[in-house]
Amino acid sequence: MSAIILFLTVIALIAGWWLSQQRLTAKPWLEEGPAGDFPGGDAMTWPAAKIGLGVFLAVASALFVLFISAYSMRMNVVDWRALPVPRLLWLNTGVLVLSSVALQWSYMAARRDDADGVMVGLLAGGVAAVIFLAGQLLAWQQLNAAGYFVASNPANSFFYLLTAVHGLHLTGGLVALGRTSAKVWRGAGIADLRLSVELCTIYWHFLLLVWLVLLGLLTGWTDNFVDICRQLLS
Amino acid sequence: MVVALILLLVAIGSVLFHLYSPWWWTPIATNWAYIDHTINITFWITGFVFVAVIAFMAYCVFRFHHKEGRRADYNPENKRLEWWLSVGTGVGVAAMLAPGLVVWHQFVTVPADATEVEVMGQQWQWSFRLPGKDGRLGTSDVRNIGSDNPMGLNRDDPHAQDDVVIENGDLHLQVGKPVKVLLRSVDVLHDFYVPEFRAKMDMVPGAVTYFWIKPIRTGTFDVLCAELCGAAHYQMRAKVIVDDEREYHAWLEQQKTFAELSAGKAVVKATYQSGGN
Amino acid sequence: MVDIPYEGIAGIPPAEVPDVELYHPRSWWTRYVFSQDAKVIAVQYALTASAIGLVALVLSWLMRLQLGFPGTFSFIDANQYLQFITMHGMIMVIYLLTALFLGGFGNYLIPLMVGARDMVFPYVNMLSYWVYLLAVLVLASTFFVPGGPTGAGWTLYPPQAILSGTPGQDWGIILMMSSLILFIIGFTMGGLNYVVTVLQARTRGMTLMRLPLTVWGIFTATVMALLAFPALFVASVMLLLDRLLGTSFFMPSLVEMGTLSKYGGGSPLLFQHLFWFFGHPEVYIVALPAFGIVSDLISTHARKNIFGYRMMVWAIVAIGALSFIVWAHHMYVSGMFPQFGYFFATTTLIIAIPTAIKVYNWVLTLWRGDIHLRVPMLFALGFIITFVNGGLTGLFLGNVVVDVPLSDTMFVVAHFHMVMGVAPIMVVLGAIYHWYPKVTGRMLNDVLGKFHFWVTFLGAYLIFFPMHYLGLLGVPRRYFELGDAAFIPPSAHSLNAFISIVALTVGFSQMVFLFNLTWSLFKGEAAGGNPWRATTLEWQTPETPPGHGNWGKELPVVYRWAYDYSVPGAAEDFIPQNQPPRATRLVQGAAS
Repeated sequence: MSAIILFLTVIALIAGWWLSQQRLTAKPWLEEGPAGDFPGGDAMTWPAAKIGLGVFLAVASALFVLFISAYSMRMNVVDWRALPVPRLLWLNTGVLVLSSVALQWSYMAARRDDADGVMVGLLAGGVAAVIFLAGQLLAWQQLNAAGYFVASNPANSFFYLLTAVHGLHLTGGLVALGRTSAKVWRGAGIADLRLSVELCTIYWHFLLLVWLVLLGLLTGWTDNFVDICRQLLS
Repeated sequence: MVVALILLLVAIGSVLFHLYSPWWWTPIATNWAYIDHTINITFWITGFVFVAVIAFMAYCVFRFHHKEGRRADYNPENKRLEWWLSVGTGVGVAAMLAPGLVVWHQFVTVPADATEVEVMGQQWQWSFRLPGKDGRLGTSDVRNIGSDNPMGLNRDDPHAQDDVVIENGDLHLQVGKPVKVLLRSVDVLHDFYVPEFRAKMDMVPGAVTYFWIKPIRTGTFDVLCAELCGAAHYQMRAKVIVDDEREYHAWLEQQKTFAELSAGKAVVKATYQSGGN
Repeated sequence: MVDIPYEGIAGIPPAEVPDVELYHPRSWWTRYVFSQDAKVIAVQYALTASAIGLVALVLSWLMRLQLGFPGTFSFIDANQYLQFITMHGMIMVIYLLTALFLGGFGNYLIPLMVGARDMVFPYVNMLSYWVYLLAVLVLASTFFVPGGPTGAGWTLYPPQAILSGTPGQDWGIILMMSSLILFIIGFTMGGLNYVVTVLQARTRGMTLMRLPLTVWGIFTATVMALLAFPALFVASVMLLLDRLLGTSFFMPSLVEMGTLSKYGGGSPLLFQHLFWFFGHPEVYIVALPAFGIVSDLISTHARKNIFGYRMMVWAIVAIGALSFIVWAHHMYVSGMFPQFGYFFATTTLIIAIPTAIKVYNWVLTLWRGDIHLRVPMLFALGFIITFVNGGLTGLFLGNVVVDVPLSDTMFVVAHFHMVMGVAPIMVVLGAIYHWYPKVTGRMLNDVLGKFHFWVTFLGAYLIFFPMHYLGLLGVPRRYFELGDAAFIPPSAHSLNAFISIVALTVGFSQMVFLFNLTWSLFKGEAAGGNPWRATTLEWQTPETPPGHGNWGKELPVVYRWAYDYSVPGAAEDFIPQNQPPRATRLVQGAAS
């Protein structure tokens, strides 16, 4: 559980920093009058969707970190046999990076008011994400063909589980991406689109980051790190 | 004021119930009187707080309930009062926590002279095992479990051969001798629970857990399962009998070892193998 | 992240937006069924939660019939008994209390109390309810599938939960996991709304320190729930895979009914860690909204500001944070690494300090108040007693070595029913009496309300207070029958019968409440906009019940905190939050 505790500490620090800006030590009964007289503590001015995405990313991170916590606790048992990571995963990783880059491109285009660039970026990003998902399924098939079934070892089980959860999050992202693309297609104003494109981009970068962490975990690079964490707890 | 009176009566009634309740803990049979003392300390402290808070509340309701023309005081906070209350609470908490942690330290520190006893839970019965003459329990594994080997002992382990195995019987313990109770389960979670012992611990399949006790009086005690283990959880019973030294040894003499219990061929094989080692 | 100005969105305080874009319902269906209005969604949540809660109430009667009069009712067998306790617990904790406090009260009160027109993502909010309803339906369907609902206990501990020795092993457990997963997805959608609405949609002048404690409680609980529910999600998914695909996340090598199972190597304790990592914050997810609401009830009906508002806010935040590092106090006797006991006992007992401060401040609010003993106030007082009682017994169970003899006995059952059953329900009921006039425009009947309070409060206390002593005696929980045990005297059986009779009485008295709810809807006295003369914004709406968009043409502007009751020099004994200050106001004689 050390990973999730570490994660929550980070969340608590962020929340604590934010709260410290909110004048929680003010004596509200003495502060009668319009809000402008007492700076600080007002509602956030970011668009709701952006804050919403931020909160959602925190929830999704908690989910992945909990999976990682479970992974690091389960892998200690003697029956754990690490499975060979299919080479295909490296290719998939490359595709996912491209997808993220494409969306970043789209986002920059949106800032330049370049509608065509936005569309190109979104489509390229979407196609790359679909290829990534197909590649993940192919990797599953390869593993299955090689006899690494989901239930034959906990390492296998975790491999399928983690890739599936990540894939589902990406699929959900594709829905949002599709809606954004549809808006572009219908010729919505670029100002309307900026926010949508920005949120998609943030989400894509987040999923890329999650994937890199998961890849590190599945290939065993993070073993040392996990060991350190475990020692910290015990 | 009726409301205030009823609130007060709730507090007083609770205290009276506590004092005169016919339901109280069972007479203790082990060294864990410390646990009872800690509970008593906790009762005193929490009881005081409970009565104080409710009495104060009842007084407020009595004294300040709405009447024509009454107006409430305006009093946003009183830092000093809140500070003192926090410190007082902290002291009370520490007074409960400190003895609790000290006793917990004793609880998890098994004395060196404790002998081992194994309790195995399965749906829905108890089995017991005592180390034989060699004083050591042999290894076991669920994969070894069969009709002639219900506890899954390792036939290749020489320490297992003289282990005393008690199937469908009662466990006997010797009064005054500290004993480390090793707990193991072959299917689901169970919990070896003897109310008079105060100590208990879950039994987890795939692991061995433990607690230790020193029986301080002889008698026969009910064993119950305290962790939900399926449909017949409530029927999973046995007895523990604490004997004095003479009775204990008389009982022990009559028990069969693993080697004696194992059917002919298996025993021969096991003896042969352990002899060869 | 680059912050770009969004034309027409950023930087403009909401009060100056002339016409907030709201989804306007066009038909009966989109107004009352597929509604995106948080108030309608709140009522939908509340009704669904109450409906499934009534099922759980009936289950508790069946359990009490069996416990009080073992052997008398042949239609209850050991399997069914376990199914009853499991479904009762799961429904009450998650599908009733969590859904009612956050989905019900959260949806209704947050937008109104912070001065918003609606939740920030109304469509997602609607989806949240429908996914929740689906979760409830899946859960309820387990009563009708072959094998019935799962009987694994609400904690669903593996290996037992998915093995054949437990009832509901076929479909019950699978549907239970699926329902939990759906619930969490639905809750996350709602939770995003509650959090972002509080963060972003507060009206002008509504600073954090001017929020009513109700909003603080619900907001903090939602943040906790968003971070804690993923743990239950992870545990549910992995257990479901263990059951369906034969993986061994939690399943060690074991012998199932005499044959070696296919499982191996898994760790049952891993499940327990994940479960309680969710499960303990869950206690506070239920408690914090109750803390918040009860603070407002006490303050309003004692006509006095809540004592130590700042301390109350800090305590809520502190409890929320601390509750994430106490989970293993549910596992003292689980066989986990024994040294953890020191740490978790310490953190657990530390959390008692901010909690105790809250209690002190509630009763200190009564001091020199002008206490109107209306029904919501009675329930608030009932809450204080039951919560103090249940909180103090928590100090027994949190103190690791004291927990050893008491764990898994009726003491635990009595403790958690008192602290997170009866106490929050007191608040729920008090809150319904308090806000019903706003929701419907009519008052609930006072005589029926008082009868309901006294029977419920005294009855619940009589059920659960003596039950502690059964636990002290050593009576284990989750037992279909106590059977023969030398340590259980016949008087304990009599006490059980007594508890059962009281429980049935209290249960049936809820029918009076249901009658009151229905009858008052049509025949209740007209309430007016602000029957309790309260300060918070929800009582200042132009219409009662509040219309779509809550505030008519202009959003309210907030000038003061939520607790200006009996301010010296003011004409009335309350000043609404949106009342501008008078230039000639007297300086408040504030003690600080």
